[in-house]
Parts: sequence; C-alpha cells; structure tokens
Amino acid sequence: MFNTKTVLATLAVLAGLSGVSATQAAGEVVHIEKQSWSFAGIFGTYDQNQLQRGFQVFNEVCASCHGARLIAFRNLAEEGGPSFSEAQIKALAAEYEIADATADGGVRPGVAADRWPSPFETEQDARDANGGSLPPDFSVLAKARGVHDAFPFWVFNYFTGYSEGGPDYIHGLLTSYEDEAPEGFELPEGKYYNHVFPGNAIGMAPPLSDGQITYEVAEGQTAVPETVDQYSTDVAAFMMWMAEPHLSGRKQTGFVVLLFLVVFAGLMYGTKRKIWAGIEH
Amino acid sequence: MATEAQQSTTRRDFLFVATGAVAGVGAAATVWPLINQMNPDASTLAVASIEFSLNGIEEGQSVTILWRGLPVFVRNRTAKEIEEAKAVALADLKDPETDEQRTKEGHEQWLVMIANCTHLGCIPTGESGEFDGWFCPCHGSQFDTAGRIRKGPAPTNLVVPPYEFISDSLIQIG
Amino acid sequence: MSEHSTYTPGSGVEKWLDERLPIIRFSKEHLMDFPTPKNLNYWWTFGAILVMCLGIQIVTGVILAMHYTPNIAMAFDSVEHIRRDVNGGRMIQSFHAVGASMFFAAVYIHIFRGMYFGSYKAPREILWILGVLIFVLMMATAFMGYVLPWGQMSGWAATVITNIFAAIPIIGTPLLELLRGGFSVGNPTLNRFFSLHYLLPFVIAAVVALHIWALHVPGNNNPTGVDVKDGRDTLPFHPYYTMKDAFGMVLFMIPFVWFAFFAPDILGHPDNYIEFNSQVTPAHIVPEWYFLPFYAILRAIDFNLLFIDSKLLGVIFFGGSIVILFLLPWLDTSKVRSGNFRPMFKWFYWLFVVNFVALTYLGAQPADATGVLFSKICTAYYFIHFIVILPVLSRIEKPRPLPTSISESVLAKSHA
Repeated sequence: MFNTKTVLATLAVLAGLSGVSATQAAGEVVHIEKQSWSFAGIFGTYDQNQLQRGFQVFNEVCASCHGARLIAFRNLAEEGGPSFSEAQIKALAAEYEIADATADGGVRPGVAADRWPSPFETEQDARDANGGSLPPDFSVLAKARGVHDAFPFWVFNYFTGYSEGGPDYIHGLLTSYEDEAPEGFELPEGKYYNHVFPGNAIGMAPPLSDGQITYEVAEGQTAVPETVDQYSTDVAAFMMWMAEPHLSGRKQTGFVVLLFLVVFAGLMYGTKRKIWAGIEH
Repeated sequence: MATEAQQSTTRRDFLFVATGAVAGVGAAATVWPLINQMNPDASTLAVASIEFSLNGIEEGQSVTILWRGLPVFVRNRTAKEIEEAKAVALADLKDPETDEQRTKEGHEQWLVMIANCTHLGCIPTGESGEFDGWFCPCHGSQFDTAGRIRKGPAPTNLVVPPYEFISDSLIQIG
Repeated sequence: MSEHSTYTPGSGVEKWLDERLPIIRFSKEHLMDFPTPKNLNYWWTFGAILVMCLGIQIVTGVILAMHYTPNIAMAFDSVEHIRRDVNGGRMIQSFHAVGASMFFAAVYIHIFRGMYFGSYKAPREILWILGVLIFVLMMATAFMGYVLPWGQMSGWAATVITNIFAAIPIIGTPLLELLRGGFSVGNPTLNRFFSLHYLLPFVIAAVVALHIWALHVPGNNNPTGVDVKDGRDTLPFHPYYTMKDAFGMVLFMIPFVWFAFFAPDILGHPDNYIEFNSQVTPAHIVPEWYFLPFYAILRAIDFNLLFIDSKLLGVIFFGGSIVILFLLPWLDTSKVRSGNFRPMFKWFYWLFVVNFVALTYLGAQPADATGVLFSKICTAYYFIHFIVILPVLSRIEKPRPLPTSISESVLAKSHA
C-alpha cells in the first residue's frame, strides 16, 4: 500500500516541480557546451599528457597574473597528476625565489616542497596591475565555478555524478570572447565582451590565440592541434587537477568500495532471510 | 530427511560465516584509514629530506640548521679537532665509535649531528667543556670533538642523522 | 522493561558485576531480548541508520578537528590541506560533508515515516518531542559545521542566519552581537562555531539516548498502529531486527558511498570554494538542500502584519514551522495511528509531502515574484495542514476497521 502510494507521490511531486519550474524558465540560462573529459565518470582518470600541456599553458600564459597558492611544486610530480619527473620539478622550483625569513637576504631558491609563489604580493598589487580587476587564484577555481542545468536535467547529474561543471565553464569562458559587443551593450572601458562570463564584461583580455604556444610532441604521441579550443581544454583539465588532485585514486577506491558493498548487501540479505525464515511478518 | 536438514545447516553456516568474514574485512578496511590519517602528512614528508649547502662555513665554524623540526649542528672541524678525535682510544669511550664511523670518508672535516643531548634533549653549547667539544648546560654532559659522550649522564653519543654528500659542498640530510 | 529479563549471570565474575553495574543485564534486555513488533517494514530501519550516521559524523568530525584550524586566516586553507596532504584526508572530509546530507535525508524519511504511521500519538508524545528536539539540534550543528570551511557560502550563511536573531524586538541587536562576538561575522564567530560544532553532536547523542529510552517504555509503534497484545505479536530484537537493521544500513551506504567517492561536491555549492569575502555577496545564496523548505518559508514572508514588520514575521513563521512539529501529537486527535486505516488522512498526508518537496524546490530558486507567490501558497498550506486539516480530519474521518492484533494482520496478509 505504502509502495504504490510512493510511486504515485513521486509522480505527483515531479508534476508539481515541472509546473513550478515552467514558471521559473523566464530566468536566462547561458548555454555552455559540455566537453568530454577523461576524468569524468566512475572510471575517470586524468590524461597525463593533457595535464602536462595544460601546465605549459598555465605556466606560459596564465601564471603571469594568476596564482596557485595551494599547489606545491612537488604536487606536479605526484602520481595521477601531470607526473613530471623529480628532476624536472627540482629544476623548475629552483627557478623561483621563495621568501624565507631564515635565509640570507630573505629569499632563497625554491625546492619541491615549496608552494607555487603568487605573481603579486598583495591583492591590491594584483588589482593595480590589472586595471582594478582581481585575477582569481587557480588553486580551487575549477570547483568554484559551475554550469547551470535547467530542470529536469540537473536531476540526472546526481545519478551520473556529473562533477565537471568547472572545467566546462572554464573551457566555455576561454572560447567565448567576441571581438565586438552586441548592439546596445554598453562595454565599459578596459573590459572585454564574453558571452559566458556573468555580466558579459570581463576584465581579462582574450588570453589565448591560435598557435600561441608550441606543444612539444614526445615520441609515440600524436600531435594535438595548437588552437584556442585545444589550449582551453588542456588548461581547464589542468585546473581541475589542481582543484582535485586525488580524483583518480578517489574514484578507484570508490569503485572497490561500491563493489564490496553490493556483495556485502547481497550476503546480508541472504543472512537476514535465513534468520527470518519461517516467521510470518 | 536427516541429510537434507544437515545440508541446509551447512549452507546456512556457510552463509553466516561468509557474511561475518566480509563484515570483518569491511571493518578492518574502514578502521585503517581512520588511524593512518594521524601519520605524517604529505607536506610534512616533503620536508623530511633537505639539501644544505656547505659553502661559506669556514674552518672552525659551526652552523645550526633545522631538519624535521630538529636542530642539527654542521661543523667544519679544525685539523686539531680531527686529530684529537682520532687520538682517543676506543676503550676510553662510554659509547665506542671511531671518528671515521661518525663522518663520511673524504669529508672528515665535516661533522653533522642532531643537536639534542641524548640525555634529556637540551642543546649543548659548542667549543666548550673538558674535551673541546660540546657541553650540555642542563645536566653537565660533556662531548668531545667528534660529538661522543665522555663524561656526564648522557648514555650515548650525539646522534648522526642519515646524510650523504651530493657534491663536495652539498649534503642531503634524511 | 525489566519484566522481560531472562538474564542469569553465567559466572562468578558476571554475578559480581551484575550486583554492582548491571550493564550486561541492561544490554541483554534492551539490545537483544527487547520485544519488537514482528511486522515492522524497512522504513523502520532508519532509526538504526540514523545512529550509524551520527557515529560516522562524530568519528570523521573528531578526525577533521585534528587537522583543521579555526582561524579566519587559515580555515579555508586548512580544509584544503586536509583534502590535499593528510593521508586519506580527501575521503574523510567528503564522508563528513556528504554524511551531513545523508544524515538529513535519513532523518526526513524517519520523520515522515512517523507522521504517516502516527508514531507521535499517545503514549509516544515524549518520544516524538525528543525526536523534534534532535532535529533542531541537528540543524544547529549542521549550520555551524557549514561555516567552518570559511568559503563564501559559509560566511554569508553565518551572516544571514545570525541576522535572523536581530529581528527580535529590543534584545535583537545585543543578541546578534553576542552571537557573533562582534559587529559582523568574523574570527570570534568562527572560533565559537567550531567549539559548539564539536560540542553539539555529543548533546545530540545524549538526547538520542533519551529518545531510545522513551521508545523502550511504550515499545515500537508498527505499520498497523495497533498495540502489541501478547508475545505472538513480537520478536526479540536480536537477531531479527539487528540483522534487518544491519541490512538496511549496508543498503543505505551504497548511495552514501556513491556521493562520497564519485561526486563529493555535488551536494554542496561551487561558491564555497571561494574564500569568504565580507565585501562581496554571491549572486545567488542558497542554504544546503536540507534547509531549503524552512528557508523558503522564511523568504515567503515579505509583508508587514499589523505592527509586526516583515523581517520579524518571517522569523516567526520560520520558527513556527518547527515549533508546530512539537505540537503535532495534540493537533491530530484521531485515535487511529496508522495512515493505512485512514482513507482521507492518506491523501492529505501525500499532499503535505508534495507541498514540502515544493518548498524545498522553491527555497533554491531566486526570490522573484512568481517564486515568492508559490512560496506563500506552499507556506500557507504547510500551516493549514497542521492547524486546520489534521484537527478537522480527526473529527469527520471514518477510519477503516482495524485488525484486532498484529499477528492477525500478519496472518491475513500471508494468506491473502
């Protein structure tokens, strides 16, 4: 009795919700094209080559204005990430000067354990250098952005485990600059038009252009196109890794745990039935 | 009838044992991460091994550096100190160790030691005491020019941490 | 219920202990022999599931507190430190965050089960009241816990929710400053929320103990709502219900683990990955999903009533929506407990559920004109259900005939 009612009620709830949501549809939703990411889904893992390319884009283009203060150089050598070699990381870290009160002159060359130094010392410095806009820190930015789905599509996200809204947004943002603001749009001085950015007037000039970065192709790898779209995808993937460095391991453990629970639940059900056998209830 | 009943008992027992075993595995696999989280984390382990440049430490000069949160003496010993250390007979030592065992071959002038007294952890002062080495002000332990315990309550020599020379002027500790 | 005691100490040591601290006797009576109606369905396993949820929150919470720093300069980064550097920290943190959501999902099912089967009716009023008290404590704990990561949603949730107290006439502003430890949400606020967030779960555990005590005096309600008549109606708690509850717990862990491992952030909000900035409010603040129905009620009130301004009135409705739950046993005066035997109640019950889900949905929507209008309708219905519909139903409804006993209804079902 309870069960048939449950079904009926669920249907009623869904009907009610779609009624309400129809009235809400007036609010504009920016359409952002979802990408297919290697790290999506139950078995998702990062593509090491993509992360290395993404790091190159970050390092050569973004890092002059954007920090990544929660990332340590050593993270770049960790398994499941870009997995650069220890030697590469050591050399990279040594290129940076790290403030250290105990060192001669207050600075010393970086080591693998150091955090990524921020390009500006204070928030005010950052604003002054960027026409009043603050370039956000990249450490967790990929999780601080998202894509809004209309009802009922967001409901499915709970069942697919969709967690790639951040990289989708970043890719969308980087590929959505327009040379001219549309007719009637008042673009403030020093701002650029972007149809994904909230409010459309963004302080960051289009950072990427086709052919801007030269990807080295290692032996046995296929070359990827050197386009804005590809750069954007790669840097978005790299930013997702920065925000969620243990994603691959987490999903692998999760799969084992889920499998365990299904088997355990089956055994528990059998045990429970055996114990209840012969009892009218 | 009897065999059927027996069979069903066996099946039933097997199910119970299997369920119990799986539950046990699950419990163990759950408990371990809850304990392991107390172990040193990745940021602590990242500084467990450090490199230190010996450049600029003149003969007869000591510096104290931090390694794993512990003070470490790095001393560029004088020829006289080395000679003194080598001249001591092992029989005179409370914790017998040769000077060679406490330094690296080819780099005998460098003495690297954890600076906490092996008695109760105070930091001894350098170039003092009856043996020209270190003297612990807390309880009066005296160490020689190789950091070996000679007199006083400390049970063992000052501890030499694991380290190696990467080049003549660069060591890696830990 | 010592009359059910079958415990005889087996050894001299047990006898010695039994005369001093009869803990084995107590456990045997209440955890093993306790007579439990034989017809409880799986909705009844949520009591045990909730105990498990509280256990998970306390264990993971104590661990997180070993690595977390309650200081506005370091809180945000220390949570990231847990996720990035602590051994297994990413999982422990996500079990705690997802665990809060799962805890509320389970408690809502538990509450709505009690509402359908009339588990709040005599002689279980105290049991129900303690349950509502646990729910209130859970809300306070979850709210303060949400502030700790010190993201944009954390800081603004703290700002908005503490502001609710400012609506109280005369003492409002001093009370607000007392709660915040300052004129705005800042370091003192974060620090005390951490302290209280650590304390309250143990208070909850104590009230849970009272809740179970109050359950064990009259015994469990059951799907027929008919009182237990004799031993044929019941089974000992162990092994029958320990196994059934354990199976329920394992099943419950499957969606729990799904979220914790594969979508740990989907139940949260992206804005909480931006560190709190007291000068910029996020474009669209929403509380966690489990607060949405009550948040919708708070926002629905945008009008003054007589001398009461809209802010205070919103707070009155918000508080009232919870206070009215305490009064439920006296609003529904029907002698029949189970909704299965109340043809009219059943429909109104499901209407109430739909209305509650609609409030949840509305709480997440921007506060525009249509949203507020629907919120007003749903808020009105929420109160009408308790104040008008339940009392009236109790008078006019003609319940279906009840089985004479649990065992009779069980037999009828199995022979049907």
